[in-house]
Amino acid sequence: MIAATWPVGRNGRLLHLDPRAGRFRDTSLAELPVLLRSGDLLVVNDAATLPASLAAVAPAGARVEVRLLGEAGEGRWRAVLFGEGDWRTRTEERPAPPVLRPGDTLELDGLRASIVSVWYPSPRLVDLRFDAEGDALWSALYRLGRPIQYAHLDAGLALSDVQTVYASRPWAAELPSAGRPLSWELLLGLKRRGIALSALTHGAGLSSTGDPVLDRALPLPERYEIPEATVAAVAGARASGGRVVAVGTSVVRALEGCSLRHRGRLVAGRGITDLVIGPGFVPQIVDGLLTGFHEAGSSHLGLLRAFVPPSLLDAAYSHAEAEGYRGHEFGDSSLILAAA
Amino acid sequence: MRMQGAAALVTGGSRGLGAALGRALAREGARVVLVARGAAELEAVAQGIRAAGGEAHALAGDVGDPRAASALAGAAAALVGPIDLLVHGASTLGPVPLRLLLDTDAAELERALAVNLVGPFRLTRAVAGGMVLRGRGLVVHVTSDASVVAYPRWGAYGVSKAAFDQLARVWAAELDGTGVRFVSVDPGEMDTRMHAEAVPEADPASLADPALVAERIVALIRGSDTFASGARLEASAMVVS
Repeated sequence: MIAATWPVGRNGRLLHLDPRAGRFRDTSLAELPVLLRSGDLLVVNDAATLPASLAAVAPAGARVEVRLLGEAGEGRWRAVLFGEGDWRTRTEERPAPPVLRPGDTLELDGLRASIVSVWYPSPRLVDLRFDAEGDALWSALYRLGRPIQYAHLDAGLALSDVQTVYASRPWAAELPSAGRPLSWELLLGLKRRGIALSALTHGAGLSSTGDPVLDRALPLPERYEIPEATVAAVAGARASGGRVVAVGTSVVRALEGCSLRHRGRLVAGRGITDLVIGPGFVPQIVDGLLTGFHEAGSSHLGLLRAFVPPSLLDAAYSHAEAEGYRGHEFGDSSLILAAA
Repeated sequence: MRMQGAAALVTGGSRGLGAALGRALAREGARVVLVARGAAELEAVAQGIRAAGGEAHALAGDVGDPRAASALAGAAAALVGPIDLLVHGASTLGPVPLRLLLDTDAAELERALAVNLVGPFRLTRAVAGGMVLRGRGLVVHVTSDASVVAYPRWGAYGVSKAAFDQLARVWAAELDGTGVRFVSVDPGEMDTRMHAEAVPEADPASLADPALVAERIVALIRGSDTFASGARLEASAMVVS
């Protein structure tokens, strides 16, 4: 599928897949209010996107790029290191960074990070600790960092290009892209039609590293927080026969990961999930999913297979490709939901 | 609104009314993030609040900078959580000494609009979507009587503040029923550096103390559920509860 190469307008094309009927149909996001029904619940990921790409100098002067995955507790940050260069080079073609050891330091412009741990399965996956905290750290991260991006884009992104219209806490290493095409015109329209809207925060990590060993391990464990109000909204929707529709694979992972940890129940609060959803997984909470178009072999596409039979997914993707739907984070949308 | 534990983002927080609002909000138990261009002055205000037992953070930034909004909103939410209260206290007079419109460069007017109107719009846009999702939030526009009275020589400032008032009203109309509310507050003439720059001949004794005005505005914020969203209020007319 052709990648969308630049953020385009909201309310784009939508391919609706109905897993029960075994059908798909071309439509548009503006039709979402009639594809959902009163009593349904749309759950979004309100994580803002971090300026997670940082240029740094390793010991002996090697230039590296640090891509932050998120805070890992006790003042640590989990990160993936890339060799010299930037997003303009395909990740697969980037030189490997030098192998660092605990105690090694990375110099950023006015900020220093020391390596605390080096992780299996790749020495590029590390925990680091910055020499600043609180106001000073966050000011420095926002001064130095840029959004993570990939070689399919035409130009450098600004931080505002990678935020949803409801972005709140900066927990996401990459844009929670399923929500990117949603406008408030559309969201308030849904609410007016009796479709509820709730949020959780999920620290979505990297979609690709270019390191085959590390890419096979994706998605790495990610943290989430589900507010009390969202737990109540899910219970309310289910009790009244409404459907729970996740906006993005990160929301599916948070809801199903939380449910799995608590024996089928959603419990408000923070958690970390290492759940990898794929074919054969039976969702316990989520009935449907608004998402983008994902690359073959990606964990995101694997997750869709828990919701859609392989023959339908393959047929829908062939159709989308033939019809010129755009893929990747600024691409078009798909809705996986049995017709009302 | 409930002040204890509320996450508050206050621009123009390094001096005058903005700093006083930061102190008053922190005294009420709010978790305050202050924004201003001058890092040293700002940090001193935050340190003063912390020394008094409050929670305050300092983020240096220029609200007139188009890249600032995403960064300030993100860093603030990282420090104190999703923002419950946004106070637009930062503003610029435009060219000083104040001058006639015929003597004002278009670039000076544009700068006044960037700081007093477009910057606050960007910051609200970066924060209010999350507020709508949570079903609550308050945005305070600090305005001026120059937004309604055509004072000669206050053109750049007055025009920007008039548009700023209307911005609050349109936000309020569009987000009516979402739980996110807007209010414009005219603090009146205060003994601040900004006022001294605008009216150097004024007698400071005739001007209000920004700390007292801040107390009145915090009382208003506490009782903001009783005002119509989009209202424009004068601090001098308020009764402190």
